[in-house]
Amino acid sequence: MNLTESFLTALDSINANKLRSVLTMLGVIIGVAAVIALLAIGNGFSASITEDITSLGTNLISISTDRDNSNGYEALSLDDVAALANPLNAPAVAEVAASVQGNRLVTFGGQSTQTSVAGVTANYLTINNLDSFQLGDGLTQTDLDTKARVAVLGAVIASDLFGDTFPIGQSVKINGVSYEVIGVMVESGGGIGGNTDDNVYIPLTTAQARLYTDRTRTGQKAVSSISAQAASSESVEEAVTQITETLRRQHNLGVGDEDDFFIFDQSTLLETAGTVTAALTAFLGAIAGISLVVGGIGIMNIMLVSVTERTREIGVRKAIGALKRDILAQFLLESLVLSLLGGVIGIVLGWAVAVVAGNLLEVNTVIDPATVALSAGFAAAVGLIFGIYPAWRAASLRPIEALRYE
Amino acid sequence: MITMKNITKSYEMGTQVVHALKGVDLHIDKGEFVAIMGPSGSGKSTLMNVIGCLDVPTSGSYMLNGTDVSTLHDDDQARIRNKEIGFVFQQFNLLPRTSALKQVALPLMYAGVSRSERNQRARQALEKVGLGDRVDHRPDELSGGQQQRVAIARALAGEPAIILADEPTGALDTQTGNEILTLFQEFNRQGITIVMITHDPEVAEKAQRTIWLRDGLVVEN
Ligand SMILES: Nc1ncnc2c1ncn2[C@@H]1O[C@H](COP(=O)(O)OP(=O)(O)O)[C@@H](O)[C@H]1O
Ligand SMILES: [Mg+2]
Repeated sequence: MNLTESFLTALDSINANKLRSVLTMLGVIIGVAAVIALLAIGNGFSASITEDITSLGTNLISISTDRDNSNGYEALSLDDVAALANPLNAPAVAEVAASVQGNRLVTFGGQSTQTSVAGVTANYLTINNLDSFQLGDGLTQTDLDTKARVAVLGAVIASDLFGDTFPIGQSVKINGVSYEVIGVMVESGGGIGGNTDDNVYIPLTTAQARLYTDRTRTGQKAVSSISAQAASSESVEEAVTQITETLRRQHNLGVGDEDDFFIFDQSTLLETAGTVTAALTAFLGAIAGISLVVGGIGIMNIMLVSVTERTREIGVRKAIGALKRDILAQFLLESLVLSLLGGVIGIVLGWAVAVVAGNLLEVNTVIDPATVALSAGFAAAVGLIFGIYPAWRAASLRPIEALRYE
Repeated sequence: MITMKNITKSYEMGTQVVHALKGVDLHIDKGEFVAIMGPSGSGKSTLMNVIGCLDVPTSGSYMLNGTDVSTLHDDDQARIRNKEIGFVFQQFNLLPRTSALKQVALPLMYAGVSRSERNQRARQALEKVGLGDRVDHRPDELSGGQQQRVAIARALAGEPAIILADEPTGALDTQTGNEILTLFQEFNRQGITIVMITHDPEVAEKAQRTIWLRDGLVVEN
C-alpha cells in the first residue's frame, strides 16, 4: 500500500470517527491556544512596562536625600547642583536640574486645593520630559533670575481650578500670594514616573524665597532633589560614580561615613521591573504549561479509551491482509493530521485571544515564534505518541489476539 | 490444497497449559466444501485460525498450496491471508462507521489494487451477495444477515482460493442462515474451496464432507 492510500485511509478514519477526532484535536487546541495567548499577554505587559520606563529617558539619574542621615537638615543644596554641573567634577553629566517641593494650598476664585507645588530650575521640565504644553509655555531662565511669580500647571489641576475659564494670564494664589499662570501641560495620565497632572511648577528661586526656606547644615539653601542627565545611556554608570564622589566631597563625608543622599537611575528601575515582569511571565507560563498538560491528558484519554475498538479494527485489517507498516502508516498519518490541524487551530485561536485580550487590557501582545513552535511541537508530540503507541502495540499482536481484544 | 501433519496448539494461562489442538492430521483438496464439527471447546476455532494464518501452531507442519506456511513471518502470512484466504466470522467483524463498499474494497486496497478498479470489484462482490442496492450503508444501518453478506462479499472480493467461515450462521436465524449457506454452495460450484465450522448438523449437511473434532483431535474424517 502506498503513502497516498495510507493518507486517504487516515482521512477516512478521521471522518468516520468525527467525535473522537474532534475531542483529540480539542486537547491540542486548548493547550496550544492557552500557551500562546497567556505568554503573549505576559510578554506584552513586560514590553509595555519596559517601554514606560525607557520613555522616561534611560540616561536620567535622580538624586534625593534623607533627613535622618543629615541630623534633621536637608543634605542637598544649590552648591551641589553647581558642583555637579561643573564638567571638571562630573564630565559624564550633561545637564543638571533641581527641584524643591512640598504640598501647598492653591486657590483660584472659589476653588482651592492642596497639591504638590514644586520649585524647579528652567531645564527641569525638559529633562523630565514634562515640556509638552497645551497652552502657553514653560519656565525661562529670566523667570528664575528675577524670582518671577509665575506658575505652570498640570492638566488636571488646571481644569479643576479654571473649568471653562482660559487660564493663561490668570492669577492663582499659592499660600495667599498671587502667581500668573503662564503654561498648562498636556495630560500625562500618570505612568511609571508618577502622576504629574496635579502638580504646580514655579521657579526654584521664587520657591526658595517664599515657600520652602529650609537650609542645609552649612546654611545653604536646600533643594529636595536633583535630576542629572548622563551624556549618553552608556555613560550612566560612570556618571553615577562621578556624582557620588562629587557629592561626598561637597558634604565633607569621611571614608567610613555613609552617603547622605540616594542615587536612583533607570537601570535600577529596569532591573526591578525586569524581576516583576519575569515573575509575571513565569506565572502565566506555568498556567499555560498546566493547560498544555491538561490538553495532553485529554488527548491521552481519548486515545486510550478507543484502544479496544481500535485494536479490534487493527485485527480486522490484519486478518484481511494489512501489513504492520500499513497499520502504522495509517495511524501515524491520522495522529499527524489531527495534531497539525489542532495545532494550527490552536495557534489561530491563541493569537485571536491574545489580540482581543490585548485590546481589553490595553497592552501590545507580543507573540513569540519560539513559544508557538514549542507548544505546537509539544501538543503534536503528545498526539503522535498517544496515537501511535497503542496502534503500534496492537499492530504487533497476532491478528487473532487483536480480534479477541477486550 | 491444505495438508496438516501433527499440528498442536497450546495456550499458556498463567501456570496452566491448555492443549487446544493435540496433533491434528488433515487434508483438504482444492474445490472441496468441508464442514468441521465438534462440541464446544473441541478446538474448531483454533484449527480455523491456524488454517487461516491468523495464528501459528505450537508444532507440526502445515502446507498451503505447496508452501510451508507455519514458519512464515508476520508480513508474509499477511500477504497469504490477503491473496489466498477470505474470512467469515460469527460476529461479522466489520469496521464500524464504514460503508459496505469501503469494507469490501479493503482487502483489495491492501493488495495494491487501484481505487477505481477496487470500487468496481467491490460493487460486483456486493451484487453477488445480493446487496447491490446497499453499497453506501454502514453496518449499523444493516440487519445481521446483511452484515454477514457484507462480510462474505469482503471475503470474496480478493478472489481467494479458500473461504474460511467460523460459525457463519451462528448469529443468524434459520432462514437467513440458509440463504448464507446457499451463497457458499454457489461459490463452491464456481471453484472456491470452503471450510466451514459449525456445531449444527443441519448446517453441516450442506457441505460435501464433515470432519469431526473432539478434545483437540480429529476423530472422524
Ligand atoms: N486465546 C486463548 N487462550 C487460552 N485458551 C484458549 C484460547 N483460545 C481458545 N482457548 C481454549 O482452547 C480450547 C479450544 O477452544 P476453541 O478452539 O475456541 O474451541 P471451539 O471453537 O471448538 O469451541 C478451549 O478449551 C478454549 O478455552
Ligand atoms: Mg469456536
